[in-house]
Amino acid sequence: MSLLSSIKVPLRAEGVAKSYGATRALRGVDFDVVAGAVNVLIGENGAGKSTLMRILAGVERPDEGRLLLDGEAVSFLSVRDAARRGIGIVFQELNLCPNLSVTENIFLGRSVSAGLGIDKKREHDRAAAVLARLGAAIDPDALVGDLRIGQQQIVEIARALAEDARILILDEPTSALSDSEVATLFEVIAELKRDGVGIVYISHRLEELMRIGDFITVMRDGALVASVPVAEASVPWIVEQMLGETGGLDVRSAANTPGAPVLEIEHATVRRPDGMALVDDVSLTLRAGEIVAIYGLLGAGRTELLEHICGARRGEGTIRLNGERIERLSIAARIERRLLLVPEDRQREGLFPNLQVGGNLAMSFLDQLAPRGLISRLSENRAVAAMIGRLGIKARSGATLIGALSGGNQQKVVIGRCLMRDPVAILLDEPSRGIDVGARAEVFATMRTLSAEGLAILFTTSDLFEALTIADRVVVMAAGRVTADLPADVADQTGLVRAANGIPLRPPAIAAHGAI
Amino acid sequence: MATNISSAAVDGRADAKDGGVALLALLIRLRALVALFVVFGFFAVLAPNFLSLGSMLIMAKHIAIIAVLGIGMTYVILTGGIDLSVGSIAGLSGMVAGALILNGLTVAPLGWVIYPSVPLVLLIALALGGLIGLANGVLVTRFGVAPFIATLGMLYVARGAGLLLSNGTTFPNLVGSADYGNQGFPLLGASRVLGVPLPVLIVVALALAAALVAARTPFGRHVYAVGGNARAALLSGVRVARVKIAVYVISGICAALVGLIVASDLVSAHPASGETFELSAIAAVVLGGASLAGGRGTIGGTIIGACVIGTLGDGMVMMGVSEFWQMVIKGTVIVAAVVLDQLQGRFVGTKD
Repeated sequence: MSLLSSIKVPLRAEGVAKSYGATRALRGVDFDVVAGAVNVLIGENGAGKSTLMRILAGVERPDEGRLLLDGEAVSFLSVRDAARRGIGIVFQELNLCPNLSVTENIFLGRSVSAGLGIDKKREHDRAAAVLARLGAAIDPDALVGDLRIGQQQIVEIARALAEDARILILDEPTSALSDSEVATLFEVIAELKRDGVGIVYISHRLEELMRIGDFITVMRDGALVASVPVAEASVPWIVEQMLGETGGLDVRSAANTPGAPVLEIEHATVRRPDGMALVDDVSLTLRAGEIVAIYGLLGAGRTELLEHICGARRGEGTIRLNGERIERLSIAARIERRLLLVPEDRQREGLFPNLQVGGNLAMSFLDQLAPRGLISRLSENRAVAAMIGRLGIKARSGATLIGALSGGNQQKVVIGRCLMRDPVAILLDEPSRGIDVGARAEVFATMRTLSAEGLAILFTTSDLFEALTIADRVVVMAAGRVTADLPADVADQTGLVRAANGIPLRPPAIAAHGAI
Repeated sequence: MATNISSAAVDGRADAKDGGVALLALLIRLRALVALFVVFGFFAVLAPNFLSLGSMLIMAKHIAIIAVLGIGMTYVILTGGIDLSVGSIAGLSGMVAGALILNGLTVAPLGWVIYPSVPLVLLIALALGGLIGLANGVLVTRFGVAPFIATLGMLYVARGAGLLLSNGTTFPNLVGSADYGNQGFPLLGASRVLGVPLPVLIVVALALAAALVAARTPFGRHVYAVGGNARAALLSGVRVARVKIAVYVISGICAALVGLIVASDLVSAHPASGETFELSAIAAVVLGGASLAGGRGTIGGTIIGACVIGTLGDGMVMMGVSEFWQMVIKGTVIVAAVVLDQLQGRFVGTKD
């Protein structure tokens, strides 16, 4: 390839290592950013992609190793410092001010000054020029809040480019975009490549990477496991590299015979205000004693589906709980019928920072503790102590402040709140997020115990290993749709990863595959 | 500071490492009580007649008024809201009572005039306060208006309505008449039971009930939950909108009760009555240790806060401090209370 002969590496990481406390996020990684090419970085959650990217962009400094910019060792003081040297980054979460115009956002924090004021004319012209370079039909005077998500993403890129970035880092840029918005983004990327910009592209979506990537680097457990031109890579090979030796994978035996259907979801559809379907005609059944994993990438619609089931998000379709239609009921009414959600973001959606462990645990159970209007302290303390013991929550008593607990124990408190209600079905959104490995194992052991007691459990995960080891059945979602639904013990990993990228997997095909 | 974990809502404990810091932290935590002792002791020594029975009784009435408003306000602030309309509701409630006693209710098509009995007058005024609170709550929950704005609007509306009732004049001499069977209104403010003014007994009963509701009922817990994390409350099955509406209704009823007590005490209803009461009530709640961000505070704290504000005001009057200086000093005390609140966070190692 001509690309290989004329290779230029403006930015290089050598032996970069980084630890957070006892966690080694990066263990001596070498990484080249090739100019005029899309350098793909892929790996499972926690593989170290984000840490590497943050080091390249000057968000963090490495503990060991060094960065070479045009062959010279550099140390970036901050994101601004890196940006001045031509390294731009677009984070996964958009960092725009919706109340300001496109131009104002692009020049936020580095206004073009004219004497004491801001040279609005020059800012406007430069913003227009950058947007034109990106081939984007966006009015520089438009309010960012009025733009679609895809357009806002382009504004973010324009902001990164306004300082003549030679390196552009994109962290999962397509996770919130619709298909047409993705197509526009890819045109922008192709344009930047022609201009010689080196692009670092982080994504979980394999098909997407194969389409636009030039070089692919696979990371696992903080180390670089492979780095090859995309032409030499294939989807199964990438999956194998990402997951590593999976022969000893402890696939859960189908120990429980699932009971009667508890939760029946038919044609569930949830739409964004602009009409785009976040959950698109999903049907699935959850039986008593069954653990079902919903595996998928960020933006696949998993959280939206769970929120729809628990009543926190309106949508179309029918939901039956033990045969009763519940799709019109409030969250509180569904909880009274013993269907509960453990939300993904504990701090924002799960915990009451002003209450103690006991208050947090009992919140969904108060009416049962107060048969005559007053909460019985005795019953409450007894119920709280029982739940602390049952889940092994590391708290001295119910009076311990919730903020004093570790992430894993806080997660158990949120799960415990649901269990207090003696649920028939619980929904857990990314239950292992933000907790350490030991706590994760405990949470999953708890889930298994509960399912053995007849509880129906539906949980989401972006970790294939989790999906295959904990669940009886794996449902894969991509772009709001179910692309696979099969027993965990016959699921093949490559097929699931492909399904997560939107390539439907039909159970018969898998059965045949499993038999080979 | 929605993520303030410095103190538990119901029974917080500071785990300070070193003894000196622990004592200081304790003093800061009990700052309202400390302030009350300081203020009370100061005036007891310096203000003539401060400790006399007469001045104590007058002061008790003033404190009762702030405390009743403060109780309703505590619930609102615990949910993370604010109610600026309480002073105006108090004024309107007094005016409605005055109008009913003096002019009765005119049934328009028949030209009849009905004079409701005093208990019915009280009930109508309290219901009106509750209705205005309901309007506040609906504006905040259903229409998404910020509590500050919704209740600021209601502050003007209710005050204007009170002025309209009498064209801006006072309803005097609200003793009622034997002919109409509506005597007895002044008893609410003037009665004494075993020498204690009725308003004081009312506030004691109300405070005990409110404290019990806050600490021991599902509704009380829900109030703390909504203020601590509204989204988590919703997902935990708390009917967040209902809880918010309820706290504004409670606040409105408390405000109406204050209006009745004031009008009854003065045996007349003045349309400007209750102006700036909302500020005293908010000050009492904040002095009592509540966080304006919601989720933290107690009824007991508010009662102590009301005592501080009331004692401070009356003590300064007795000492002959000029009205202008009184305002400066009150303002300073309130700001100092909030500064202490922030310091408390540092002493117990608040993480943000």
